[in-house]
Amino acid sequence: MAHGPATMADGWIKYASRWLFTTNHKDIGTLYLWFSFAMFILGGAFAMIIRAELFQPGMQLINPEFFNQMTTMHGLVMVFGAIMPAFVGLANWLIPMMIGAPDMALPRMNNLSFWILPFAFAILVSTLFMEGGGPNFGWTFYAPLSTTYAPDTVNYFIFGVHIMGASSIMGSINIIATVMNMRAPGMTYMKMPLFVWTWVITAFLLVAVMPVLAGAVTMMLMDINFGTSFFNAAGGGDPVLFQHVFWFFGHPEVYIIILPAFGVVSQIIPTFSRKPLFGYSSMVYATASIAFMSFIVWAHHMFTVGMPIAGELYFMYATLLIAVPTGVKVFNWITTMYKGSLTFETPMLFSIAFVILFTFGGFTGLMLSIAAADMQYHDTYFVVAHFHYVMVAGAVFSGTAAVYYWLPKWCGKMYNETMGKVQFWIAFIGFNITFMPQHFLGLAGMPRRYADYGLQFADWNMLSSVGAFMYGAAQILFLFNVVRTITHGKPVEDPQVWEGAEGLEWTLPTPAPYHTFETPPEVK
Amino acid sequence: MSTENSYYVPEQSKLPIIAATGMGTLAFGAATWVIDGGSPYIFLGGLLIMALVMYRWWSLVIDENMRGLANQQLKQSYVLGMLWFIFSEVMFFAVFFGALFYVRVLVNSWLGGEAAVGWFDDTPTGTAVANNEILWPGYESQWPVMETPDQAANGDAAQFKGPEQNMNFPGWGRILHWLPLWNTVILLTSSVTVHIAHTALKNDNRKKFNTWLGITVALGIIFLFLQAEEYIEAYQHMGLTLETGIYGTTFFLLTGFHGAHVTLGTMMLLIQWLRGLKGHFSHDDQFGFEAASWYWHFVDVVWLGLFIFVYVLA
Ligand code: HEM
Ligand SMILES: [Cu+2]
Repeated sequence: MAHGPATMADGWIKYASRWLFTTNHKDIGTLYLWFSFAMFILGGAFAMIIRAELFQPGMQLINPEFFNQMTTMHGLVMVFGAIMPAFVGLANWLIPMMIGAPDMALPRMNNLSFWILPFAFAILVSTLFMEGGGPNFGWTFYAPLSTTYAPDTVNYFIFGVHIMGASSIMGSINIIATVMNMRAPGMTYMKMPLFVWTWVITAFLLVAVMPVLAGAVTMMLMDINFGTSFFNAAGGGDPVLFQHVFWFFGHPEVYIIILPAFGVVSQIIPTFSRKPLFGYSSMVYATASIAFMSFIVWAHHMFTVGMPIAGELYFMYATLLIAVPTGVKVFNWITTMYKGSLTFETPMLFSIAFVILFTFGGFTGLMLSIAAADMQYHDTYFVVAHFHYVMVAGAVFSGTAAVYYWLPKWCGKMYNETMGKVQFWIAFIGFNITFMPQHFLGLAGMPRRYADYGLQFADWNMLSSVGAFMYGAAQILFLFNVVRTITHGKPVEDPQVWEGAEGLEWTLPTPAPYHTFETPPEVK
Repeated sequence: MSTENSYYVPEQSKLPIIAATGMGTLAFGAATWVIDGGSPYIFLGGLLIMALVMYRWWSLVIDENMRGLANQQLKQSYVLGMLWFIFSEVMFFAVFFGALFYVRVLVNSWLGGEAAVGWFDDTPTGTAVANNEILWPGYESQWPVMETPDQAANGDAAQFKGPEQNMNFPGWGRILHWLPLWNTVILLTSSVTVHIAHTALKNDNRKKFNTWLGITVALGIIFLFLQAEEYIEAYQHMGLTLETGIYGTTFFLLTGFHGAHVTLGTMMLLIQWLRGLKGHFSHDDQFGFEAASWYWHFVDVVWLGLFIFVYVLA
């Protein structure tokens, strides 16, 4: 068992089979991260097509049918292919090292959870080349667009989602079992690093709502192929039922995306502030209450669909309530930095940007949760701007921060700090140029998901497209920096890597050996 | 928290990647198959791969256990894995129950132009009234929906026509002909028999274990048999199919998924029974059996929900 990992030098068959057959959490984490990055580039390419078309009013590059496929595929690939696997990759790499475990609880299932994903996304993406084209009904796939009016290829989408969901459920069960069962002696729950806490809560959310997504696509499948009438009022069903089921999954899903991001910045900010995290236990409780509340606010996505007034009011107040635990978190991050001896390495820059921009996105969320106001905002670019602030500046920024922060521990080499900072500033400025104007577009009434727009929206759209290409360019720099670090980076030997870093993973040698904690460490 | 000072991390394994290939093939094949004129062969290929890989995988796990490689901690991981898997299944059924309640209580009233929660406020909203008068004139809220909104508005031209009969309680006189009641008795009994088998195993009474587990498996098979009977009845004599509007939709989906889970549970128990005959398990090591029996209890509880909400309170 104690053999080292195969390298290129052992011949490509050995090397390839290492990755195909691996049961090692670090290998699987690496696979997840690279897969996620590949999907990020693919989803990014779709976004570039969208923004290129929207650069000017009128139809220039693609036809509206293809535009619809692009918005749909961009959303699906980014949410399920890029962001979620990125955090599962981090979980794989980090959770065992952070809790002093030798590996994940169920290593073979771990490998299976990963390898399902390439199949799921191959199925999904292959529809673009099939007759009828890919899914074109938006990433929220509302019925009857996704049932009665969908292309035949929707069936590939449905089964792709099914196996992707199976992968997520297995991955989360694995994480729950690892955290509950594999902590080193002395690692009590309230000593766990916040990243572990946020992930185990995320895993609960996933196990609870991925089956709901499976239910939603199953109902679609039946309606499309077997004559049932879940989403058809003619038979006594209701298209709005789809929205309820989808958002009962969908809202917790957005927290599935953001909670691990909270975890990441809660690790990074204390390190570069050289102070322990302020209000650790309140962070844990805030995370848990956000997770709980995420189950009871779903219909804030449906204010305009026609709900009884009592429903509108309930979902409005319940949603506004989430601002309280979210506020606790933001307060704690800021207070952690207060009077700290701050330094601004790349991970810290991304984390600070996260705090600022995520808070901004939270505020626009509050605007959207006011039912009466949402009648105006709903399905405009204001919503698009809102969720890109929380998902890109939230989840993606924190993922980038995480890669820079732990990369030296993973591969024993230091990235190029200057290049990291350059990337940060291009990303930060590019991001804001892309999405800030979309608020104005939305408030002025530009609807989302259209291939063309009125002339009054031309200026902001052009600016937004410029920003998008800038942000895209920053990702190329990111890739370059990471690859160069792995091949030519300056070696690091210090186990702690960062002066202020605390936690078990920083007690391990750098780079982290293939097998770690084969005997559990003692945590005092 | 960890109690062991070493931990079994399995060697590299070829099984997961084969399983992933199987799942991919299965998913791709299923989509190909359901599209009009599609062939089932890719799907069947995927199924074959999955069957083989699952057989190999479980055999391996059992083998590791027999060789003593699985320590207490790994066993605990399996326990957690199984429990959370069952939780995810609970959520899957919750969606279909949720859909049933939503449609029955809210949608059905709105389509009929009524207030949804009458005891709270019995004036229908303007939307509900318009729904009924403009879109589905003539539809009256009812459950089971025997005449669909489509039928009420469009008569014989309707695409969705309601069923001729439903599965409701047929009255005390015919109670003994009411299959769901029998099925309830059978499943409840099987939960008891599986428990007796469990107790027997804990007391090292192998013979009793084999007998009672065998009985449980038999009850599972009888249940499935009766369920098939019920479906045949529905399709051939009651005009109740998947296509008969929302009643048929919810009825078949809920009972169908339950039936699929009973099938899976029966197979799990059957395998444990065969293992029991081969002399696997001991009074303190019986996880495979326990996991299957938890699953069985879960399937049982779901049935109770079905019996109450699909059959009795209809
Ligand atoms: C204080 C926190 C938040 C509040 C109050 C909030 C509120 C809302 C509301 C009311 C909408 C519906 C707008 C509409 O369609 O008219 C919405 C949309 C959305 N939010 Fe948030 N949100 C918050 C945080 C987040 C976070 C953290 C994420 C993800 C990381 C997120 C992701 C989304 C997405 C993806 C949509 C749009 C879905 C779609 O229609 O495509 N939100 N938010
Ligand atoms: Cu939401």
